[in-house]
Amino acid sequence: MSASLSVRVASIETITPVIKQFTLASTGTPLPPFSPGSHIVVTLPIRERMCRNAYSLLGDPADNGLYHIAVRRQDASRGGSRYLHEEVKVGDRLTVSSPANLFLPSWEARHHLLIAGGIGMTPFMSYLHEFRRRGVSYELHCAFRDSATGDYRAWLEQQAGQRLYCYESERPDFTRLLAEKPLGTHVYVCGPDAMLQAVIAAARDLGWGSGRVHYEAFAGPQPGRPFVARLARSGGEIAVEGESSLLEALEAYGVEVPNLCRGGVCGQCRTVVVEGQVEHRDSFLDDSEKQRHRAIMPCVSRAQSDTLILDL
Amino acid sequence: MHLAPRDTQAFRGNFTYRNSRKAIERFPFPFPEDDYRYSVNIEPHRLPGPKGSVYEHMLDIDEHYLSETAERDMVLMQDPGRCLAMPHMEPACWDLVEFVMSCYAKDYPEHFSFERQGDECLWENRPLKIQQRFRFGDPASLPLPPMEYIGRQMQGDFALLDQRHGDLFMDAGVITSPADWSLAFDAGMSFKQWHGPVPLAHEMGVFERALKYLCAIQAGGPVRRLNWTMTIHPRMDSSPETYHEWGRDRTTITPDNVGKDVFLRVELQTLVRMPRSHALFFGIRTYLISLDDLVTNQVWARRLHRVLKGLPQALVDYKGLSRYRGTLVEWLSQYDDDVEPREYSSIGSTT
Repeated sequence: MSASLSVRVASIETITPVIKQFTLASTGTPLPPFSPGSHIVVTLPIRERMCRNAYSLLGDPADNGLYHIAVRRQDASRGGSRYLHEEVKVGDRLTVSSPANLFLPSWEARHHLLIAGGIGMTPFMSYLHEFRRRGVSYELHCAFRDSATGDYRAWLEQQAGQRLYCYESERPDFTRLLAEKPLGTHVYVCGPDAMLQAVIAAARDLGWGSGRVHYEAFAGPQPGRPFVARLARSGGEIAVEGESSLLEALEAYGVEVPNLCRGGVCGQCRTVVVEGQVEHRDSFLDDSEKQRHRAIMPCVSRAQSDTLILDL
Repeated sequence: MHLAPRDTQAFRGNFTYRNSRKAIERFPFPFPEDDYRYSVNIEPHRLPGPKGSVYEHMLDIDEHYLSETAERDMVLMQDPGRCLAMPHMEPACWDLVEFVMSCYAKDYPEHFSFERQGDECLWENRPLKIQQRFRFGDPASLPLPPMEYIGRQMQGDFALLDQRHGDLFMDAGVITSPADWSLAFDAGMSFKQWHGPVPLAHEMGVFERALKYLCAIQAGGPVRRLNWTMTIHPRMDSSPETYHEWGRDRTTITPDNVGKDVFLRVELQTLVRMPRSHALFFGIRTYLISLDDLVTNQVWARRLHRVLKGLPQALVDYKGLSRYRGTLVEWLSQYDDDVEPREYSSIGSTT
């Protein structure tokens, strides 16, 4: 688990009506350096509960001193992005985790094929700084749901020039895109789950080895039905509200569960279920594990039954 | 902290290496129980650790700093292959420069200082009388390649492990005091490949679990573990490359020289994520203690006797103790009055 850092909101920029960029500065000792593709987890005190959301660092990894994150307002979600958009002001203090990286470029690639859906471009923004320094071969394909991407698009055009391909209404033809690439190309995709699955399937059908396919979902926990989590070993009982993830509720109760991605991908928070039916929302457990209901990824998954008994 | 003289005979020749009382007291004795079994015995390297202990700082320095750096110079002069940095590890090498200089300067300000303004750096290593201005990221501004430059000023060995495809690769490092392994031989190997010779652990699934854990280590979350073996004489460089110089020493142990000639060799292994390259720093800081010094601690003496007595034969062979374990256990038994404690009677080849 990463150590937590106290940061000050140094500036807030409105990129589009739904995207704001937050620049975070240290409040004492310099912020730890990071590698391209890293993210931080931001702790947001929403009313009495703590909401923790992961955001990619989009700045230059060689820059010491500041973290930049882009936050897309998600009105249908649990309130973390709305809180950042509406409540957080310049000068406010926030608690964030040390940077963690689950989406590092594979430097042995001969060519890097980057595919982003909407705000999924943010991890690639940190890639581009490092790609330029190392002079590697790459291309970036960005699909936008709306054309309102403002300054980011201009910045990408300036950085990537001819290597940037934008798609506004149509979806890129992933099979054609991948089929044209020489052996030694690695593909990276960050975007909505449907896009990830389409790229992974296209790569598999074309016979790409899994080591050449990299992806990061930006799906955080979604709200759901309230339920009760009972702790078999320590004997506690926790009411998990609809807006809280199980992991957040455990943390608020003082139970430490190792975690990194908080998006159901990395596998760190896997917890054994003693009794109850799980509503699985992760992409870590395989189908047979999901059917057995003996394990849960509490960062995103919830309960189908009213009560879930955990081996904690 | 007192840094002893630059003694070039400490770890070879007439072996002038000695531990002070203080060094004996802070020795990282590796056995928490009377029997030794494999486990993924990794714990967070929480800093600062207990004051004065080997865990106090990120990178431990002690009274042998000057002798060990002198020994390192000699080994590298005779065999430059002990230092290796594959071209793709260049960013990790600069991460290492920043990591070591920052840690040393912060934790031992009386001996080291590191100032940085943008990319302009000033490094001072007073014990080795080094003052160096350089541009961060510019290899031409240092007298040696960056990893070798700082690696020669470090007490202890290290490797820089590249992480890709959910695996770790031995792609860089400076290893001058290995416990019978070779960086040149392991170069480029994956985690399971370089652990190939370790007995029993593969079947137990130890390496799968360890690899998953290590790949998930993040910046700001360093971890550590202790490893151990034994060495005849305080010989730091017990490498396969020099086996012809030390291998026969294992045949020379008698009841009369056990206490003086046999050393417990403990490695404090630290694993630290390098923040910009995402390489994993694997530090191997070696501590040697003669059995004469070790048995001044009665708890250690008794426990070492029990551990060695119960050690499975496969591990005895792997650690190179086969020739003298009997002599050793017999000699240590004088410090263990409890002849057959129940806890370990069931394991190993004791009966």
